[in-house]
Amino acid sequence: METLYFLIEVLIKNVVVIAVLMFFAAYLTLIERKVLARIQIRYGPNRAGPFGILQPIADGIKSFFKEEIIPENADKPLYVIAPMIVITAAISMAAVIPFGDKLVLFGREIKLVIADVDVGLLYLFAMASLGEYGVVLGGWSSGNKYGVLGSLRAAAQMISYEVSLGLAIIGVLILSGSMNLREIVNAQKEMWFIVYQPFAFILYMICAFAELNRAPFDMPEAESELACGFNIEYSSMKFALFFFAEYTHMLAVAALATTLFLGGWHGPYLPGTLWFLIKVFLIVFVFIWVRATYPRLRYDQIMKLGWKVLFPLTILNLIVTAFFVTVR
Amino acid sequence: MKEYLGILIIILLSSLVAILIVGISYFLGERKPKKVKLLPYECGMTTIGPSRRRISVKYYIFAMLFLIFDIEVLFMYPWAVITKDLKLFGFVEMFIFIVILLIGYFYVWRKGALEWE
Amino acid sequence: METTFMAINMGPQHPATHGVLRLLLELDGETIVKATPHIGYLHRGVEKLAETKTYHQALVFTDRLDYTNGLSNNLAYCLAVEKLADVEVPRRAQYIRVVLCELQRIAAHLLWLGTHALDIGAMTVLFYAFREREKVLDIIEYITGARLTPSFIRIGGVARDIDSNFVKKVKEFVKEFPSRVDEYETLLTENIIWKKRTVGVGAISKEEAISYGVTGPVLRACGVYYDVRKAHPYSSYEDFDFVVPLGKNGDVYDRYLVRMQELRQSNRIISQAIEGIPEGPYKSNDPRVVLPEKDDVQTDIASLIRQFKIATGGFRPEKAEVYASVEAPKGELGFYIVSDGSEKPFRFRIRPPSFLNLSALPRMIEGQLVADVIATIGSIDIVLGEIDR
Repeated sequence: METLYFLIEVLIKNVVVIAVLMFFAAYLTLIERKVLARIQIRYGPNRAGPFGILQPIADGIKSFFKEEIIPENADKPLYVIAPMIVITAAISMAAVIPFGDKLVLFGREIKLVIADVDVGLLYLFAMASLGEYGVVLGGWSSGNKYGVLGSLRAAAQMISYEVSLGLAIIGVLILSGSMNLREIVNAQKEMWFIVYQPFAFILYMICAFAELNRAPFDMPEAESELACGFNIEYSSMKFALFFFAEYTHMLAVAALATTLFLGGWHGPYLPGTLWFLIKVFLIVFVFIWVRATYPRLRYDQIMKLGWKVLFPLTILNLIVTAFFVTVR
Repeated sequence: MKEYLGILIIILLSSLVAILIVGISYFLGERKPKKVKLLPYECGMTTIGPSRRRISVKYYIFAMLFLIFDIEVLFMYPWAVITKDLKLFGFVEMFIFIVILLIGYFYVWRKGALEWE
Repeated sequence: METTFMAINMGPQHPATHGVLRLLLELDGETIVKATPHIGYLHRGVEKLAETKTYHQALVFTDRLDYTNGLSNNLAYCLAVEKLADVEVPRRAQYIRVVLCELQRIAAHLLWLGTHALDIGAMTVLFYAFREREKVLDIIEYITGARLTPSFIRIGGVARDIDSNFVKKVKEFVKEFPSRVDEYETLLTENIIWKKRTVGVGAISKEEAISYGVTGPVLRACGVYYDVRKAHPYSSYEDFDFVVPLGKNGDVYDRYLVRMQELRQSNRIISQAIEGIPEGPYKSNDPRVVLPEKDDVQTDIASLIRQFKIATGGFRPEKAEVYASVEAPKGELGFYIVSDGSEKPFRFRIRPPSFLNLSALPRMIEGQLVADVIATIGSIDIVLGEIDR
């Protein structure tokens, strides 16, 4: 009986999280367009519904009815599967992120996380890397030179930054003594880790831009160079899925930053989940803000930054953190 | 162990979502393929030569570097979690490990493998 | 084993080749081994067409050469024809021409700034640049009636006189504009990523630039002091006090700096010209060449006949060859006209600055990365309408 209840609980949590996540990801497109527009002294979408709030729905419906083109050069199975991999990986990342503390419902204590596992962080990284497969396969399978170039860029860039990303968060692990994301959040009850680990936070954010393929690191899709890069041949809903996954991924990365550095759901007065969302959207806002402000880096400069600057800095941060924790 | 059930379910559900979305658009979207429409896009010109060809070796170098360093990073995770308990012993051990890692890193740097040119 | 490079078409349908330029790139990884520009996708045969029209009629073709820069094109053509027909242009008309051409230069440079920054990934600059460009175009539209293809500068003067409202608008714009340039510079000039993307990219040496025939900001960025407005002053440019900004390294960043300075200098020229516009006629009264006033045509039979003669038959200049050039935003724009004494030009040849600047592109991007190609194309500021003619 207990197992059944647990199963139901997990199922409900899953459905709710996926629904909410997809809702936010869809509306993130609108938020991004609106914020960008405001920064760029224009209005942004404002035709579909008041303030354009129906825009994501209109976009979605339009994408469903668009013609689906599979180029003759494409490797058909991979071409179809690639966007599915990307979206699956992006949504699955949400499984281990705690979005609140606990909730008591019908006498059951429900943890506000889908899977409270001990290797939460490793799972997250695994899923993030899996999503990159989709990007690489998508570019490769379309049989287009720009797509191939884009996917090569994607592969080399993302693996380069994953090393630094992995190293940047080790400081947090040292402080919290756990890889379980709930415990990491609970360790920040007194003080957020961003206070102890400011450099790690900055390094994490830089790597996050590269992981997300967002400006100023949006090499794989750089529209002015590769004319959209890896998703150049995609159309209709498959193209939309890449987009959708990108925004879901963005939410997941922002949620991870919140969990690791900004104290997750902790915060005064307001309920935990609300605090969590506020912090996530603050970070998302930073992503958009940077996109509006900075030009794009060049490919070799990105690789150089990743290997020659971020890697040593993250190692240094790690040693210093370990040293202080040890001597204290 | 049963906590992992959640992960299994979310992967299944999200795959289902992905298949559904692609499937629905497969049925809803009209399709009128034409020879020209299915050509790969290369700025309006006919493609010159094959699209998939042997890739520059630079990409492979970075892939190998990634493998080496990422695995070493993985070794640090278990250590990081119990640094507080290991005290000085753990720190010194890890310091030596990192120094060895850095020797390799600087060797790679000197050899010019980190240069993109 | 033989090395094969990936040959890839960049353009004609590419977001960053500024129109329909086609570059055939041979890539080793992402490094350019060889770049070959292919042009001609926008060829309309302007030079040949102009030979079938009278001198007055051919004016409208010039708007459509460098379509960001209609007024300077008009001016260059009119200067050539005026030289050919030996027409004296009144000073008021010359000053009006200067104001309009410098306004057009600002508009053209703003278009360049926005698109160039967008190519490199800084998308916000575009909207700020277009905000001011819109104001300039509004002013141009107010007086000429068109935003893109004004055909306002006519042989012997301008199409109509300016009014006090125009002067007011220009003065307002001139007053506000320097602070706007400061805004763009805040976004880019010291931006570390911008500098990383542009410093040392697409560089070309002084000697090579000269031997390729490069002109305009691209040449001045190499440190060569050549500006038609100073070297061969036309349309009273010698009356105005302005500096010709020079660069040092001839790279993308220096071209950017030179153009930003030119925006400020153009602004200075406009403010001097608009303050000092002399009174007098706005067009020459040469009865052979210039159309009479519309009011006179309706009341005076001699004017009616003159109007009819010129509008239907054109005028017949002496048998001669002339070349006249102006400093267009892109560089030296010249018109070479051969007259055989008939009412139509015998040979009509345009020296488009973009065409010669583009010829140096393969040299500039050799050995650089794909991303640099974009930055370099943006920095030489090509307009295909002018290259293909």
